[in-house]
Amino acid sequence: MIPIFMFIVCAALAVAGAVALIWAREPIHSALALVLVMIALAVLYLLLGAPFISAVQIIVYAGAVMVLFVFVIMLLNAGVEERTNFSKLAIPGALLGLGLLVEIAYWLARSAVGKALANGANAPSTEVSTRDLSEMLFRQYLFPFEATSILILIAVLGAFVLARKDS
Amino acid sequence: MSAIPISWYLVLSAVLFGLGVIAFVFKRNVVTIFMSIELMLNAVNLAFVAFARAYNQLDGLVFVFFVIVVAAAESAVGLAIVIMLAQNRQSMNVERVNLLKL
Repeated sequence: MIPIFMFIVCAALAVAGAVALIWAREPIHSALALVLVMIALAVLYLLLGAPFISAVQIIVYAGAVMVLFVFVIMLLNAGVEERTNFSKLAIPGALLGLGLLVEIAYWLARSAVGKALANGANAPSTEVSTRDLSEMLFRQYLFPFEATSILILIAVLGAFVLARKDS
Repeated sequence: MSAIPISWYLVLSAVLFGLGVIAFVFKRNVVTIFMSIELMLNAVNLAFVAFARAYNQLDGLVFVFFVIVVAAAESAVGLAIVIMLAQNRQSMNVERVNLLKL
């Protein structure tokens, strides 16, 4: 009973945060709404039995990435979103977004995968241990892991070069 | 531990992704558009973790780890571009950015 209650609360918080991100006029309010979504998702990862991913979500996403976002918003002194003449593409864009949502929901309801998941497979009751995860990461996925470290190095260098004042 | 059907998580993931798409189309501030990309990445991560639980395989969790790492790198470079853009254009509105060069 308690997991279902937790799921409903966190799902409602996540959706409310996403709606608030769209609704807010100030970028800083959008950023705080996104932090709410990320924390709710971290609780959902705990419910799914993935504590390591949950911790990484809090530390990297809600911590590092969102601090970077808030820092840039403060640095650029971004105020209320400026109203310009409404883009003609906004209405078809919104319709496309809604259509995508409906399509995904329809696929989930109709497909064999969705049915099998809805009927049978509940989440297994065991928790994924961080040890198993790290063994997989450092054995089977060692090369991608090393590649991401090079990617991050390049990203840091790129950020330095781009944000440099004199150029 | 939980009697929650995996499909609930997938539906939540789909809803969050759709809201991310709508935010991406509707918002005019560059930083907010970036945030909606992060929202979509988070929705995909939720689907990855849910499928990893459904099939009891760890690969999905490793993928989530990689997605988070790549998202961090992407936001570092992207926000540097945003800073440069805002300094050159004096505006963060995407509708004022209609040329690649100044």
